[in-house]
This record gives sequence, structure tokens and C-alpha cells, in this order.
Amino acid sequence: MPEATRTRLFLVFGGVFLLLFCYSVMDLPPWGDYRGPYGDVIARVGVYERHATDAVNAINYDYRAFDTLGEEFILFTAVLGVMMLLRREEGTATRDAGKVKDAMRLSTSVRTAAMPTILLTVVFGFYIGLHGQLTPGGGFQAGVILASVPFLLYICENTESFRRVTSHTCLEVIEASGAGAYVLIGLAPFVMGMPFLTNFLPLGTTGDVFSSGTIALISACVGFEVTAAFLLVGYTYLQEIITGEITEE
Amino acid sequence: MIWIGAGLLVLVAVSGWGVVRTRDVTSQVIALGFYGVLMALVFFFFQAPDVALSQITVGAVALPLMVMLAISRMKFRAASQRDKGERDA
Repeated sequence: MPEATRTRLFLVFGGVFLLLFCYSVMDLPPWGDYRGPYGDVIARVGVYERHATDAVNAINYDYRAFDTLGEEFILFTAVLGVMMLLRREEGTATRDAGKVKDAMRLSTSVRTAAMPTILLTVVFGFYIGLHGQLTPGGGFQAGVILASVPFLLYICENTESFRRVTSHTCLEVIEASGAGAYVLIGLAPFVMGMPFLTNFLPLGTTGDVFSSGTIALISACVGFEVTAAFLLVGYTYLQEIITGEITEE
Repeated sequence: MIWIGAGLLVLVAVSGWGVVRTRDVTSQVIALGFYGVLMALVFFFFQAPDVALSQITVGAVALPLMVMLAISRMKFRAASQRDKGERDA
């Protein structure tokens, strides 16, 4: 398509979009105006009913835990898809592309600065994960933070260290059991004759790390699943570069 | 207070334009990460700290990382393909 036609087409559709955009913005409620009743209700009864001070996680892992279960399995399936598409089956012909030579080691100052960063990131990840029911955060965010740790190691050490951390079968087991534990926590109330995903554990004292019953537990399971999921995807992508073997098509 | 919000939104618009205008893929990923951090600030300003934290982890860490990994994989394949061609020739 010639440049001029493209520009003209863009101007036409851009103009239409701008009109529609202005039209929709005119009808926006004012800043801070909240109309739905659900948020107000949960903000009022959430702490009393669930002993969780972070209303967002009380909703995510309790009031609408069924939706979160679906989201959890979206991630699970997506990771499964990536691993299936990029997998290398046993006995496939590979050719040696030469291992990536890790260029000269980073300067001592970078490594000295990076190692405490790794430690801090691990602590921060666990903090975010364990305090999900009290402060903003929760399992998902903690999972991504913890998953970034081996990548930090990859940056400040070498591919070999990254491979040692991420290439274990136990990562797959952690991912699967994280997703499975969520379902099991959901099924457990059936034994006591309660509906799926009922918060059946004692709620504890509001403000404690181990308060809010199943909210904290589900959050932890999600954390394990997400950590393993991101690392598995990362390792799958980097596998050829790490091993230096390319699958022949 | 409202001016901080407006300023943040303008910054988001500018950096979004920057992401689109960057042509080199690797620099574009870095720009995308920066855009992700700005979006997190916007969420934080509009009183959604949970979303802001998710935005930092996903928009500024996970998404650029995944794109980087895909690029490095493709580059590695392309480079080794070239080497192979040279060896065969």
C-alpha cells in the first residue's frame, strides 16, 4: 500500500476514533465517584468476615476465589503450551551450535552489588507473599519477584549458574503441585459438607501473618505455582542457548 | 494533587509514543519496561496499590523479560544458521 494512501486511511480512522474517544470521555463519572455497591460492602464487612485487611486479596482468594482458580489455570495452560511447542524430545537429532562463551566475568564491584540484591529480592518476595492478606501484594506478585532471582543470577554470574538453578524436574513438580493444591484446598470443604472453596480454616487474629484462613494458604500456593511457571518458561526459551544444541527441523 | 495525576498521564502518553517510535527491538523492550513502571506509578496514584504491584512485576519485569528471551533465542538460531552455512560452503 502506498505511503499516501496509508496516511489518508490513518487520518480517516484516527479522526473517527478521536470523535468516539471524546464522546466517551464526556460521559465519565467524576474522579473518585464510585457507583457499584459491592466494593463498599466488602470494604465494610471484609475485615470482620475474613480477618484480612487487604480487601483486594480477600476478594481474589476468597469472595471470587473460583475466578482466580480459572486464572491460575490460564497461566498453567499457557506455560504448558510454551513448553510443548519448544520442547525437545528424547533422541531428537540435534546439532552442536557451540556453547555460548560467557564473556569475561563481570567486575567485582558489579558482583558485590548484585549478590546482596539477590538476597534482598528473595526476602522481599517472601515478605510480599506471606503478607498478601495484610498489605498489597500476594502470591502472584511474590511469584514473579521470586522468579526474577535466577535471572538476576544469570545477569551477574553466568548461564551455568542459571542452568543449575532452573533445570530441575522439581520446578515442574512445584508448578503442578501449586496448581493442584489450590484445587485440593477448594475441595476440602466438601468433606465437611460445605460448598467449594469455603474458607474453612480458623481465621486467626486480624493482622497476624497466619490469619485469614484459606486466603493466606491459597496465596502461598499461587506463589509457588507462579514462581515455577515463570522459571520454566524462561528455561525453555533459553534451553538452546544454555546447552548449545539446536534441534534440527 | 490533580496536577500530579495529569502530569503522570502525560508522561505515560509520551513514553507510549516513545515505545512506538523506537525502531531497534532491544531498545524498544527497555522503553516498554520504562512505560510499565510509569503505568505502575499511575495505578499507585489512583489508589490501587495492588494493581500497581502487579503492574511492576508483569509490565516492568515479566513482559520485557519474555520478549528479551524470545529475541535472544531467535538471534542465537540465526547466528548458528549463519555459522553452519559458512562451514558447509
